[in-house]
Amino acid sequence: MAAFLVFIWFANNHFTQYSIRILNNIAIFIIVAVSYNLINGITGQFSLEPNAFLAVGAYTSALLTLSPEEKARSFIIEPIIWPLSDICVSFPVSLLIAGLVTALAALVMAVPVFRVRGDYLAIVTLGFGEVIQVVANNLVPVTNGPLGLKGLSPYTNIWWSWGVCLFTLFCIVRLVNSSYGRAMKAVREDETAAEAMGINAFWIKTLAFTFSAFFEGVAGGLLAHLITTISPSLFTFLLTFNLLIIIVIGGLGSTTGAVIAAVLVTWGGELLRFFEEPVNLFGFQYEGIPGMRMVIFSFLLVLVMLFARSGLMGRREFSWQKLIDWVRMRVRSLRRKG
Amino acid sequence: MMEPLFRIEKLSVLFGGLAALSNLDLEIGRGEIIGLIGPNGAGKTTAFNAIAGGLRPTGGRVIFQGQDITGWKSFRVARAGIVRTFQNIRLYSDLTVRENVMVACHSSIHYSFVEAVIGMGRFARDERHVLTKAEKLLETMGLLDMADEKASALPYGSQRKLEIARALALDPIMLLLDEPVAGMNPMETLDFGRLLAKLHMECELSIGLIEHDMSFVMDVCHKIKVIDHGVPIAWGTPKEIQKDERVIKAYLGAG
Repeated sequence: MAAFLVFIWFANNHFTQYSIRILNNIAIFIIVAVSYNLINGITGQFSLEPNAFLAVGAYTSALLTLSPEEKARSFIIEPIIWPLSDICVSFPVSLLIAGLVTALAALVMAVPVFRVRGDYLAIVTLGFGEVIQVVANNLVPVTNGPLGLKGLSPYTNIWWSWGVCLFTLFCIVRLVNSSYGRAMKAVREDETAAEAMGINAFWIKTLAFTFSAFFEGVAGGLLAHLITTISPSLFTFLLTFNLLIIIVIGGLGSTTGAVIAAVLVTWGGELLRFFEEPVNLFGFQYEGIPGMRMVIFSFLLVLVMLFARSGLMGRREFSWQKLIDWVRMRVRSLRRKG
Repeated sequence: MMEPLFRIEKLSVLFGGLAALSNLDLEIGRGEIIGLIGPNGAGKTTAFNAIAGGLRPTGGRVIFQGQDITGWKSFRVARAGIVRTFQNIRLYSDLTVRENVMVACHSSIHYSFVEAVIGMGRFARDERHVLTKAEKLLETMGLLDMADEKASALPYGSQRKLEIARALALDPIMLLLDEPVAGMNPMETLDFGRLLAKLHMECELSIGLIEHDMSFVMDVCHKIKVIDHGVPIAWGTPKEIQKDERVIKAYLGAG
């Protein structure tokens, strides 16, 4: 933990702007991946919502932190409606409100959807994502339409992103290891049997969905203040698709897996840019093909799915105890051989 | 006359035009073991589903401890004290044996999810309580040395036992066992009968039982209800049932 804080401090002072940006991205993706995994992997309710909830969180917190003058300046098509035009709160408060608003949206969706069984959640969340896009494009007095919101202060630094990231991890790991987490897993394994053992599956699913929505909303707020400009086109279905890839690679149902895969995919995506740049390999001139990294990326994906069908971690979790046991076992077997 | 612990009146279930169960009356007193038998497709499991909330009955009433529980959702029925097991074992196969039992303790925890996240308040005490309770139950069932295995890795007989342990974790007043000894060999069946007798003695459990193993049923049950094609045809002690002509006809066909 201390080593990690030192690393953050070191990174903040000595890394290039580009590396810090990647670290921030990784933190935000970890937040979203871990909370997405809570509903998809742990509770086993297939949903397709991250892009929508990120959008809700991003717009909410952006509208709250922009100063009234800034808002008046950027809303050129139609002026912004009254209460929003005057509100201006600090960054942490805006993050909190973004989380709560997103959680509320999730709650409104969860109540009708979880009354019935089956994969309706996927359809409803997919639809909600599209609705949010349309709303963001057309509700001009609130969202400024396709122009989006510009000129946000870049509040999100490495401390904020990793601080929130660690807080999210702490909360979700605690929840999963409590009786509520066990109930979520029971609902995933066999909903009928879970209900027969006195578990209110409706409430457990709603809890998981709302809980993950809260953190996705906060992540949306962080994202908005990292890139400082948001528009509807930022939150397409492709974003959800990326996150689905992350949690499937990590292993559906494993928080550790979600973290590892979020790091690998975000950082790896940058590393693979190497293949798009011209290089001189032993006198052979490689021009660099734009889009090459996506080809390699999908190739790697296929490999992961071939050799680790249930993801890198399966449903296992990392624990220091397990690591120590494993090292001891290795040492013992080495000694026996020697 | 005293009100029995559990009573169903004219319980009926219709699937479209098909009467899967019609006008079933049954009473189970405190500490009684009642058998529900009948040929395949007679509606026994349907009756259990209608009682335990997996299925909404189309007619009749279910009364438990003087309370009308007809059509309650299954988790409410379970919390009220009627816990069932399943004909085809339904464990949480990817969780460990210990977790399987701990899940069933969920309704007994007092802490909210906020307390779980910050780890304060009633969290630690409840978790400790749940853990000791689960381990004690596993010990009674002789499953404690397999507590860290995945439930799906257990042999068949142990899975059946785990299902009982899980049901007992809810501190039930009445157990509904759906074919608990199906697929067991005679030795295991004998063992299971002893276990049931022990539980029955210690906890004063009332038990409703569906079973095809006739010698087992005749052995453990105080009274037996026979149904055929959804219609109740006989009611009595094991001895009376064995002599009943309609029962013999239903099982062996009209000779």
